[in-house]
Amino acid sequence: MNQSPENQWPLSPALESQDHLQLEKSYGLFIDGEFVSSTGSKKYASINPATEQRLSRITESTPQDVDVAVRAARKGYDRHWSRMKPSERGKYLFRIARLIQERSRELAVLETLDGGKPIRESRDVDLPLAAAHFFYYAGWADKLDYAFPNRRPRPLGVAAQVIPWNFPLLMAAWKIAPALATGNTVVLKPAETTSLTALRLGEILQQAELPPGVVNIITGHGNVGKALVEHPGVDKVAFTGSTEVGKTIQASLAGTRKRSTLELGGKAANIIFADASIDQAVEGVINGIYFNQGQVCCAGSRLFVEESVAQQVIEKIKDRVQSLIIGNPLDKNTDLGAINSRQQLNTIQEYIDVGLAEGAIRYQPEAPLPDEGFWCRPTLFTQVSQASRIAREEIFGPVLAIQTFRTVAEVIQKANNTPYGLSAGVWTNKGSKIFNLSSQLRAGVVWANSYNQFDPTSPFGGYQESGFGREGGLHGLQAYLDIH
Amino acid sequence: MTIPFPTLNSPPIDQVGVVQRAKRFCTRSIKNESKMQGLKMVLNMIDLTTLEGMDTPGKVRQLCTKAKQVHAAVAGLPTVAAVCVYPNLVAIAKQELLGTSIKVASVATAFPSGNSSLDIKLAEVAYAIDSGADEIDMVISRGRFHTGDYRYVFDEIAAVKEACGKARLKVILETGELGTFDKVRLASDLAMEAGADFIKTSTGKIKPAATLPVTLVMIEAIRDYHRRTGRQVGMKPAGGISKSKLALHYLVMVKETLGNDWLNNQWFRFGASSLVNDVLMQIVKQKTGCYQAPQYFSAD
Repeated sequence: MNQSPENQWPLSPALESQDHLQLEKSYGLFIDGEFVSSTGSKKYASINPATEQRLSRITESTPQDVDVAVRAARKGYDRHWSRMKPSERGKYLFRIARLIQERSRELAVLETLDGGKPIRESRDVDLPLAAAHFFYYAGWADKLDYAFPNRRPRPLGVAAQVIPWNFPLLMAAWKIAPALATGNTVVLKPAETTSLTALRLGEILQQAELPPGVVNIITGHGNVGKALVEHPGVDKVAFTGSTEVGKTIQASLAGTRKRSTLELGGKAANIIFADASIDQAVEGVINGIYFNQGQVCCAGSRLFVEESVAQQVIEKIKDRVQSLIIGNPLDKNTDLGAINSRQQLNTIQEYIDVGLAEGAIRYQPEAPLPDEGFWCRPTLFTQVSQASRIAREEIFGPVLAIQTFRTVAEVIQKANNTPYGLSAGVWTNKGSKIFNLSSQLRAGVVWANSYNQFDPTSPFGGYQESGFGREGGLHGLQAYLDIH
Repeated sequence: MTIPFPTLNSPPIDQVGVVQRAKRFCTRSIKNESKMQGLKMVLNMIDLTTLEGMDTPGKVRQLCTKAKQVHAAVAGLPTVAAVCVYPNLVAIAKQELLGTSIKVASVATAFPSGNSSLDIKLAEVAYAIDSGADEIDMVISRGRFHTGDYRYVFDEIAAVKEACGKARLKVILETGELGTFDKVRLASDLAMEAGADFIKTSTGKIKPAATLPVTLVMIEAIRDYHRRTGRQVGMKPAGGISKSKLALHYLVMVKETLGNDWLNNQWFRFGASSLVNDVLMQIVKQKTGCYQAPQYFSAD
């Protein structure tokens, strides 16, 4: 044999630099176009979940802060935003989109530091999509009469928007862009563990010279969100988060004039037929459940495989899981980063224990985990039953529950047998099967031979306990307009 | 009428999924030690190739010198894996490489079109082997493949394999003429079942030659075949790979798809010629921190 270098080839660390990122020691609230102090004095630490180091201190808003923010939004609506020519509103949105692009490296690094997601994802998914949403809705701003012909679309007023920690900046973009394009003003509350990119977005809005009060950002825990959605000055509530909180919000809105859209949990079925392109389907499964450590409402957490190929598919998934790189989220080669918080890690671990207790077979790769921070190995369970809790309840972590099926009718029934209905995936080489499944699966999005494909032009939202209303596309405008 | 080939059950290939997966390998960041190690691996996996109508003994001798001593200015560099030439120049290459571990590979079987009779192809293989070839790079009969005569293609590969004796057989699918990934997968399965030691993308005479997606389809076939039969088959992308960065992404793909067992020149090769100097340039850059002008590297 020729001289051959040794047979192992580990990748050297390839850390994204963070020197360019300046963080304040402590952040106030973004109200009426300015960063202001709270009326109270309570602050809490925002930590990096990969190291447990404190990044900055965040303000816990008081009920008075909420009131001030809602009043500022009302003033912004009355004085500026509702009077502005729609084409001018569009210009601001285009400007915000461009600024997000220009500052995307800084925002991606911050998103990764604050949330624990791999830099590859924040750089290649979160940031490009966030900018794309602003670009897309900027285009609609002066074309609403064409979107809803003869309907005289009018804005609703002040929108209260409460967003989750899994895609902090992207969710802010999903919420703010359509609201502003349709002429509404906004009070946004990011999740308590991931407020930093939203606050940085406040700086970008200043840089874009957005009129004061059009977007206000208040931080804090669940009670701040509660005070915001219950504030009488709010005309519209948009929430993305857990089904549990969604239900309380809907209850509190009953009997009020407030309009609402809720995008809640999911327990998506990813279905592989024997005639599928197996290797590509396996890749889709991996992407479906381990993207953002499985902390995705549309994660493909239930896998249904046709029995004749089940063994082959499971072996391939195990092989693929072995090749996933887990570790420092700032490393460009990392595939799985840190879990967002200790609380979420505990929830995931409880469910893994439940799976074991229910008799399912667990598989995890033997990758070493860092000492500090919140980590969970990519996990899959085989021999799961439809009755198992890990197949019924949303885990919101990198845990895949695998079941098998024999016939098309059986898998449709099993896939629909869930209180949720946000998304689904179908893998088959046969077009007719795709049409059949996509019309029978009760899910807001059905991906065929792909998974987790997002585009601002495409509406996203759920059935049943996954919520109601659609975000994205033409449908996303409707949620912020009075068109009756 | 053609006889349907009964035994193969190749899975369908989703083109969009393959291209997406291939792109993902390009996001791997290969730095510092892993880059240096990777570059040396690439160098050691190259089949230094000249396949021109105007090839002469002089040209082949020069190429062999380069194969043995890729860059005298840097100590401790590996040699390339093999020198690849037309059959009539095998003897010259063999003589030049005597006493080294560098293999002599020869294209045969009416390269590059493959449009001749089986007898003539077998005679050409015998000629190359008698002249000293260690490895034979054959082309499949794409015309027969497209008519659906898979049995003919299979039998032809099996016959060439037999004629190779101890020499290792690389089977060139010429993926640029196959049209779809489904057909690439089928041809890969067919070649391995017929006894190929290596499967290879291209002759280098047709565009597109090797690409990451098509190579991914082929190594996934190798992975499945290995799982099913236990026999290891090698992979050789050829043509169109002239930059180190791309070559490193090929290695990442091999490592993450086939595993470490394929990360050596017994099981993975690059068919290339201009790649060598780009790799050398990168190695020098890694060692010294600056790029040197192309004039410092021998052009062959």
